Amino acid sequence: MIVRGLAFALILAVWAAVSYGNRAVEFTNPAIVPTPGEVGAVTVAALRDGTLVRNLVTSLVRVLEGFAIAAVAALALGGLAALSAPIRFMLEPVIEFVRPIPPLAFLPMFLVWFGLGETSKVAFIAYTTFFPMFVGVAASVLRVDVMLLRAAATLGATHADLLRRVVLPAALPGIIVALRLGFGLALFVIVGAEFMGADAGLGNLIMEGRTFFNPPQIVMGALVLGLLGSIVNALLLRLERRVLPS
Amino acid sequence: MKIQIAGVGKTFGSGAPALGGIDLEIAEREFVCLLGPSGCGKSTLLNIVAGFLAPTTGRVLVDGSPVTAPGADRGVVFQEYVLFPWLSVAGNVEFGLKLKGLSRAERERTVARYLDLVGLGAHAAKFPTQLSGGMKQRVAIARALANSPSIILMDEPFGALDAQTREVLQDELSRIQRLEHKTIVFVTHSIREAVYLADRVVVMTSAPGRIKQIFEVKLGEVRDRFAPEFTEIESAITRTVKEEVAKVHE
Repeated sequence: MIVRGLAFALILAVWAAVSYGNRAVEFTNPAIVPTPGEVGAVTVAALRDGTLVRNLVTSLVRVLEGFAIAAVAALALGGLAALSAPIRFMLEPVIEFVRPIPPLAFLPMFLVWFGLGETSKVAFIAYTTFFPMFVGVAASVLRVDVMLLRAAATLGATHADLLRRVVLPAALPGIIVALRLGFGLALFVIVGAEFMGADAGLGNLIMEGRTFFNPPQIVMGALVLGLLGSIVNALLLRLERRVLPS
Repeated sequence: MKIQIAGVGKTFGSGAPALGGIDLEIAEREFVCLLGPSGCGKSTLLNIVAGFLAPTTGRVLVDGSPVTAPGADRGVVFQEYVLFPWLSVAGNVEFGLKLKGLSRAERERTVARYLDLVGLGAHAAKFPTQLSGGMKQRVAIARALANSPSIILMDEPFGALDAQTREVLQDELSRIQRLEHKTIVFVTHSIREAVYLADRVVVMTSAPGRIKQIFEVKLGEVRDRFAPEFTEIESAITRTVKEEVAKVHE
């Protein structure tokens, strides 16, 4: 904990030294190297007038909705693909072809299809996060040790018992990792989606900082995203420890 | 006859047969050891009786009905324990009881009874990762017994344990069998272990696995590893097994 605090203090110190130093010697235009003080002031103002919370909530709702849709689809299709070879042989080539296309390449398509409103963002996040979660879920279910299934079968497990009492708990660690990665990715791409056409959200807040030349606002947006990501990751890790013994 | 193995052979893919026609009848409450060099197909035979593998020829009958799949009437203890890592010791032993739909009180009573039987009463709340190899195998034995199968199939159950732990567990298994009277088929390549535990020792030939010779071990229920009669049977079996091992190296 202390070490972690020290690392943050060090980064803050370097940032302060560079930004305030630049202001003193005017190495480059001070306006493009915001200081911690400036970012702090912008943040306090954004908290006071509610813009920060409003934009944060907007982004978070989009992320949660898109992630939830993708998670349900990845669990269902990933599970099916792992359990049934014919379905796997059908799905895998398609998914492995579409998956390497950078999702951002399709973002304009989503805007054309779903407009500038919420639907395009939610759909885009669902599309982006589905692939890594599908691959992770399918791999974790596929990797379940056949010996565990044999052991359960000799204790009288039916097919339904095997699914519920062996496959699910055995695959759960891998599934949780897949969901964690998916959620991280959702936070990643929401900003991109909001850059390209949105009237609210953290990405929009950052883009506004660029449009109206307000660098501290850009830095604030980035820092809030970092904070959000680490809080969500910590929550998911805690969930993982609760679900999985030792 | 409890288990009837009739003309059972197994060929994997297009290779040479792993198991040539095996005929073996095992009586209720009998303890039979399958013994032979590595690759003689003794584990394959056990897997066929368990229902994990289908024989290429012949069939296995248990209580007169053919084996087609694994079932709760045939408990299995594996060399690598195969405990459910997400369940506690008690949870592992309880697994089959839950599937049977027993009441909570009944389950708790049975779990406590079998954990006491294998000497793990104090470790019920621990998880498999916190146990030594010997303790894990005790849990696996308790899990198999608690489900009250009439047959227990053991595939080199003590093969991964150190020599001391191995003898302690042999003693425990011998004691448990005197209380539980299961029909046990036990695969091993330790002749001493076979002589210590079995009513009959089935020595198998290698590639393809066939029955070479069957030894009856008439040494009573509690055995002394250093008694002259024990050593006598041990050396007789050793000579028979050696012929097979020598063949493999020719």
